[in-house]
Amino acid sequence: MSERIRIRLFLAGGAGLAALLAWGLAGLPAFGEFNGACALLINHVVVAQRHATDAVTAVNFDYRALDTLGEEFILFTSVVGLAVLLREQRSERERPPARASEEHRFQGSSYALRALTLMLVGPLVVLALYVDSHGALTPGGGFQGGVLGAAGLLLVFLGGGYLTMRRLSPHALVELAEASGAAGYGLIGFGGLVFAGVFFKNFLGLGTPGELISAGTIPLSSMAVGLEVTGAFVLLWSEFLDQALIVRHR
Amino acid sequence: MHALIPLPVVVALLGAAFLAAANKLLPRWATDTVGLACALAVLVLCVLLVIDASHLTVYWFGGFRPRGGVAVGISFSVDRIGAGMATLAAVMVSAALLYSVRYFDEVGSLFGALMLVFLAAMVGFCLTGDLFDLFVFFELMSVAAYALTAYKIEEAGPLQGAINFAITNSVGSFAMLTGIALLYGRTGALNMAQIGSALAGHPADGLVKVALLLIMGGLLVKAAIVPLHFWLADAHAVAPVPVCVLFSGVMVELALYGLARVYWSVLAAPMAAHTDGLRVTLIALGVLSTLVGAVMCVAQRHIKRLLAFSTISHTGMFLIGLGLLTRAGLAASGEYVLEHALLKGALFMAAGILLHRFGTVDEHELRGRGKSGDPGLRVAAAVFVLGGLGLAALPPLGVFFGKSALEGALTHTPGYGWVPAVLVLGSALTAGTILRVSGRVFAGWGERTPRHHELLSVVSERPETLSPHDRTPAVMIAAPVLLLIGGLLVGVVSGLRAGIAAAAARMADHAGYVAAVFGAPAGGVRSPHAPVVTLDFLLAAATVIGALAVAGFALIQASSWRVPARVGRTLTASMVSLRRLHSGCVNDYIAWLVAGLAAIGAALALT
Amino acid sequence: MSVLAYGTAGWLFLVGLYGIVSSRNLIGMVICLSIVQSSTYVLLLSIGYRRGAAAPIFADIPPGSRAVDPIVQALTLTDVVVEATVVALLLALAVQAHKRFGTLDPNELTPLRG
Repeated sequence: MSERIRIRLFLAGGAGLAALLAWGLAGLPAFGEFNGACALLINHVVVAQRHATDAVTAVNFDYRALDTLGEEFILFTSVVGLAVLLREQRSERERPPARASEEHRFQGSSYALRALTLMLVGPLVVLALYVDSHGALTPGGGFQGGVLGAAGLLLVFLGGGYLTMRRLSPHALVELAEASGAAGYGLIGFGGLVFAGVFFKNFLGLGTPGELISAGTIPLSSMAVGLEVTGAFVLLWSEFLDQALIVRHR
Repeated sequence: MHALIPLPVVVALLGAAFLAAANKLLPRWATDTVGLACALAVLVLCVLLVIDASHLTVYWFGGFRPRGGVAVGISFSVDRIGAGMATLAAVMVSAALLYSVRYFDEVGSLFGALMLVFLAAMVGFCLTGDLFDLFVFFELMSVAAYALTAYKIEEAGPLQGAINFAITNSVGSFAMLTGIALLYGRTGALNMAQIGSALAGHPADGLVKVALLLIMGGLLVKAAIVPLHFWLADAHAVAPVPVCVLFSGVMVELALYGLARVYWSVLAAPMAAHTDGLRVTLIALGVLSTLVGAVMCVAQRHIKRLLAFSTISHTGMFLIGLGLLTRAGLAASGEYVLEHALLKGALFMAAGILLHRFGTVDEHELRGRGKSGDPGLRVAAAVFVLGGLGLAALPPLGVFFGKSALEGALTHTPGYGWVPAVLVLGSALTAGTILRVSGRVFAGWGERTPRHHELLSVVSERPETLSPHDRTPAVMIAAPVLLLIGGLLVGVVSGLRAGIAAAAARMADHAGYVAAVFGAPAGGVRSPHAPVVTLDFLLAAATVIGALAVAGFALIQASSWRVPARVGRTLTASMVSLRRLHSGCVNDYIAWLVAGLAAIGAALALT
Repeated sequence: MSVLAYGTAGWLFLVGLYGIVSSRNLIGMVICLSIVQSSTYVLLLSIGYRRGAAAPIFADIPPGSRAVDPIVQALTLTDVVVEATVVALLLALAVQAHKRFGTLDPNELTPLRG
C-alpha cells in the first residue's frame, strides 16, 4: 500500500478507535474515587497478616507471587533470546577487548567525568543493596534495586572504560548470578509447597513489622529477584556493548 | 492430586533454567535428553490433571483463599478443556523437541530452554483463573516465540518476519492489557470468577463492550484472524520447522481458547443481551478468515508459507465454532482443534524433511525431486498425502469428526445453515493445495515452470540442520509419523467426543464456574449431543472431491482446460491485489490492525 | 480531571500507534511501541488513585489509613519488565539488520511478500 493510503486507513481506523476508547474510558470511576474491593482488603490486612509495611512489595512477592515468577522468566527469556539473536556468526570475529578499550574514547571523556562516576559507584551499589533488602519495609524491592545495581556497573563503564567493566563482571559469574536468582525465587515458592503445603505460601516466621528481618519470605524473594534483575540487565548491556565495540566483520 | 496443579508450569520453568545454565557445560545429547524428559514429565502431569478435573479444581497460590467473595490471591482454575489444551501443548512440544535433536548446533541447549519456557507459558495460560496472570503467561509465550522465530539471523527474511511478529503482537498485547485495566477499574478484581460475578447483575455498557473489544483484539491478533493475520505467514515462512509446528499447532489455537475462557467465565452474563450481535461479528470474522486464508494458500509456492495460510483458514473455522456462543459450537471447535494440531504438526515436519534433504521448500524447485526411494522421503510423501486427505475430512480419518460436529452445531443454529458451505470451500482449497504439492514434489506432475506472474520472490532457505543431507535422521521420521497417526485416528477414539462435549458444557456454565471457584459445589450440566448424520458424510465427500479437483486443476496441463478469458482475467487481478496487500511491511499491518479493531468495535457498539 | 488522566492514556495509545504506522526507522518504531506501552502505565496508575490518600507504605502511617491501590502499582512493575524485554529483543533485531544489511528501514528487508 502506498504511504498515503496507509495513513488514511490508519486515520479512519484511529478515529473510530479513539471514539471507542473514549466511550470505554468514560465508564471508569472518576479519577480519585477508586474503591476496589481487593485493594481495600489488602491495605487493611497487609501489616497484620504479613507484618510487611510496603503493600506494593507484599503484593508483588506474596499475594501475587506467581505473576512475579512469570515476570522473572520473561526477563530470563529476554537474556536467552538475546544470546541467541546476537550470537557470534561465522562471518564475524571478536576483537581482543584491550584493543576495543583503547579505541573507545568518549568525546570529552575528562578526568572530571571519571572521578565523578567512580565516586558515585560505591553509594549506588549500597543504595541498590538497601533498596533490595528493605523491600518489605519501604518503597522499593527486588526490581528497583536490581536496576540500580546494574546502573552501578554502567557507571563503571562510563568512568573506567570497557576493559574495567569486563573485568568487574565476568560473563560466567553474571550468568550464574542471574540463573541463581531466577532459580532461587522458584525454590522459595517450592519451599512454600514443601513447608507450608501450598506453592508460594509464606513459610518463614513473620517477625515484627518495621524490622529488617520480618515479613517471612518477602525479603528473601526481594533479594533473589534483585540478584536476577541485576544479572539480567548487566548481561543485556554487555551483549549490546560487545556488538558495538568488539564484534567485527571477518 | 490437588497438589499437582502448579507442577507442570514449575517443572518446565526449572527445566528451562537448568538448560540455560548448562549450555556450555554439558554435551548436546545430555541437554537434549533433559529437555525431552522435562517435556514428557509435563505431559504426564497434564494428563493426570485432565483425568482428575471432571469438576473444576481450584488451587490458590500462597494459600490465599477468597473471603466473602473477594479473591486476593491468584488461582489456577483447572477444568477439562483447559487441562486438555495444556496436554495438547505438551504433546506438540515433546514431538518438536524429539524432531529437533539434529537442529541448532550453534546455540546448544538454548533452543531447548526457550521451548520449555514456551511450554510453561502455554500450560500456565490454559490453567489460570486470573485475568492478569493470563496476560503474564500470554506475554511469556509471545516473548519466547519472538526469540524462536528469529533464530536464523543471518538472512533478511527471519529478521523481517520476527520484527513483523513482535511489533504486531505487542500492540495486540497492550490492547489486551488496556481491556484488563478497564475491567479492573470497574470491578476492583483480577480473578475471572470475581469479575464475572461483579459484572453479572448489570447489562453491558460502553466500558464492558470496549474491554471485550480490546481483550478480544489482543487475542485475535495472536490467533491470526483476518484482518489481524498478516504476521503469521511471515513468521511461519522463516521460523525453524520445529517452531512452526508449535505456532500452527497450539499457539494460535490457544489464543482462541483464551477468548472462549474470557467470554464464558467473565463476560457471558453482561453480554447476554447482545449475544446475537456478538455471534454475527465473530462468525463474520471466521468466515472472512476461512476464505482469505484458503485463497492465499492456493497462491503460494513456498511450502511453509502455504501451510501457514492453511492454518489461518482453519483458525477461521475454529472461530466460527466458538462464535456460535453455544456449548455445541465450543465442543465442535475443541475436537477440530485437536485433530488439526496433530495433522498440521506432521505436515510441517514433513516439509522440514524436504528442507533438510534439498535445502529448499519451493514447490516448483522441488518438482519431482521427492521421487527417490529414501525412507525419509517416502514418509514425507505419505504425510503430505494422508495429511491432506485428513484435513479434507476423509471419513472417518482426520478432522472428519470435528468438522461434522461443527456442521451439526451450525445447522442447528437458526440462520447459520449456509456456513457449512464456506467450511467445505475452505477445506477443499487448502487440502487441495496440499495434495497439489504432494503431486508435484513426490510424483513430478504439473508443468515445468509456473504459469502466472508470481509476486512472491522465492525466499532462499538455508538448510536448518547440521548433518549431511543425503539421509534423513530417524527422529525426523519418527516424530511426524507419530503425529500423523495420532491426527488421523484421534477422532475415532471412543468416548473422546462425549468427553469433549461434557467438558465444553462445563466450561460454558458461567454460574457453575463462579460457584466452584468460590467453593460452592457445582451443579450438573447438560452436554450437547451431536451424532454424525448423513449430511456430514455428504459434506465430507464434497470436500474430498473438491480437494482432488483443486489439485487436479493445478497439476494437469494447462491446455486441457478452457477458462473464459474474462473470468480468468478478473480472477488473476483480484488474486494479485489480495497478494499485494500482504506486503511484508509492518506499517501496513498496524494500519490494518487499527482499522480492524475499529470495525469490530463498531459492530459491538451497534448491536 | 478524569478526562485529563484517562485522556492522556488514550492519547498516548493512539499517538504511539500513529508513530509506528508512519515510521521508516526501526529504532523509531521501537520507541513508539514503548509509548503505546506507557499509555497502559498511565491508565493503570490513574485507575488506582484515591484522592487525599497516602502511598501504601504503612511504615509511618497507621495501618488501615487511607492509601492508594497497591495492586495496580505491582501490575505496572510487571508491565515495565515486559516492555524492557520486548524492546531488548527488537533492538537486537535492529542491530543485526544494521550490521548485516546496512539498513534500519524494515521495509528494505523484504523478501516476504504476497
